[in-house]
Amino acid sequence: MLGLGILRGLIETWRNFQGSYYDPARLTTVQYPEEKLTPRENARTIPFLVYDGDDPIAGLRCTACSICAVECPAHCIEIVKDPVKKPDYLGKMQFHPRVFDIDMAVCMECGVCAEVCPFDSIKMDRVFELSSGDRRMVLQKSDLAKSNDYFRHIHPVEAAAVDASRAGEQRKMQAKKDASPVPVAS
Amino acid sequence: MPPHLKAAGSDVAQASPPAGSGSVPLPSVLYAPGAGDFAGHDLLEIAMGPHHPSTHGVFRMNVVLDGETVVKLTPVFGYLHRNHEKIAEKNSYLASIPYTDRLDYICSMTNNWAYVLSVEKLAGLAVPERAEYLRVIVGELTRLQNHACLVGFLLQDMGALGTPMMYAFREREKILDLFESLSGSRMMCNYMRFGGCRCDLPAGWLEQAVKVVAEFDSFLDHFEALLNENEILRARSQGVGVLPRDLAVNAGVTGPCLRASGVNYDLRKVDQYGIYNRFKFRVPLGQHGDVFDRYMMRILEMRESIGILGQARHDIPAGPFVDPKFKLRNLRPKPGEAYGRVESPKGELGFYLISDGGPAPYRYRVRPPSLINLTVLEDMCLGHTIADVVIILGSIDIVLGEVDR
Repeated sequence: MLGLGILRGLIETWRNFQGSYYDPARLTTVQYPEEKLTPRENARTIPFLVYDGDDPIAGLRCTACSICAVECPAHCIEIVKDPVKKPDYLGKMQFHPRVFDIDMAVCMECGVCAEVCPFDSIKMDRVFELSSGDRRMVLQKSDLAKSNDYFRHIHPVEAAAVDASRAGEQRKMQAKKDASPVPVAS
Repeated sequence: MPPHLKAAGSDVAQASPPAGSGSVPLPSVLYAPGAGDFAGHDLLEIAMGPHHPSTHGVFRMNVVLDGETVVKLTPVFGYLHRNHEKIAEKNSYLASIPYTDRLDYICSMTNNWAYVLSVEKLAGLAVPERAEYLRVIVGELTRLQNHACLVGFLLQDMGALGTPMMYAFREREKILDLFESLSGSRMMCNYMRFGGCRCDLPAGWLEQAVKVVAEFDSFLDHFEALLNENEILRARSQGVGVLPRDLAVNAGVTGPCLRASGVNYDLRKVDQYGIYNRFKFRVPLGQHGDVFDRYMMRILEMRESIGILGQARHDIPAGPFVDPKFKLRNLRPKPGEAYGRVESPKGELGFYLISDGGPAPYRYRVRPPSLINLTVLEDMCLGHTIADVVIILGSIDIVLGEVDR
């Protein structure tokens, strides 16, 4: 009979319409500014720089090796090396960045920089409310630096793995030091 | 193709040659040869798009109309050209993976897959078993969400404003949530790597995926009850936009559009890339090659994908998710060339790479299914009304990011 298919479809529509009042599977809308979904462990938006300790600039893990800047698909990272070396968490002398800029207008949030970083220094953030009143799209070192506690808070699984591997390296370094003590200059 | 369509379309001649090369002739100088079908009529040329909402992005068609009937259709590409291939020839192999996400931005997983497959061929990398299964799972999930979206878009083009698309998007959102918890991003997944995948499944992901797929199966039951027998859908789509089998083969059309015309050609069966030879699934084939057949192809393929996902979930082994010898950076394949292709939801997606031993491909070429399926648009549209053009375009399933690159 002509029209039966439409009627059958309307039954589906009616079922969905009814369900939109009580069925949790139909109530999918989140009233955004008031309610927010809990972000996922792996969620990634823009990159940030991890620092240890209290000083955001002195504690940066970044050694200005520029691997992220080279590998970045959009080439949005600019690094200028500070010629003065400082000891890192293992006591090795490392360079630090004097300038570390990321152009957020160009960044496409792919996560390649975080993936290639050998020092676990650059990681992906999960902030998404990025609009601002001015036109400042280039984030500088001071804007990018975020503490390791923050990293632990947003990506607990990944941060735990990173902390464990760093602690292991530190232990190894300590063991090496203990095994062959550097002769103290008299 | 019916004879009257041929007479109207491909033999349209011009009274005088167009002034400049590539310029579209004015409608006033167009006439049909022979019997003078349009003698005495004024033809009207309309530029549909690039801002027209029914053109699925920034696609433009110059349509010449006799009344409401299409007598000539010229597709105009290139509004979304972003130099994809040239950028990839400058960047390293790794840095091109995020760019492939942006080709067909609905199916980033299969884009990744096609690209890593060709790089693996080029560099001779092996893929661990678990990674192959992961790829099949995310690839088939991509097919589910792409086809569900396409059916929603197609119905919207037919005038069913909102309802089917809303239902399809509701289901798609669950799959995108899975992608987000797996790869970090809903659409720009950037998940596959040469020799495997970027990360392993998070805890509880597979259980969640099983639940989503089971829900998808029951959603499809309701979706089919909503649409399949709808008289308006059938009246609008049956016998409209027929793509003859020979033309489809000769034009290089692939994917569901080709199979709707009755050609049994599915790269998952033909190439058996990855581990597709281990799965039991059928390839649905159409008989008429019209819009309705293309619609049904999508529904039936989603059913088959659900079957594949069930088998993959059952068989997935433990083990490494990426080749242990895999180097993330400084990939320099030996000089040579490779063509890797996968059955993306839209058709054959291939990447042709030439390496000269350097850190970036010497030549990088994408074979996008959307662009090549679009080339038969005029043949399908001639003789139909302008409202049918919208449906026919919708049934091809294009994404302009892939057409223009």
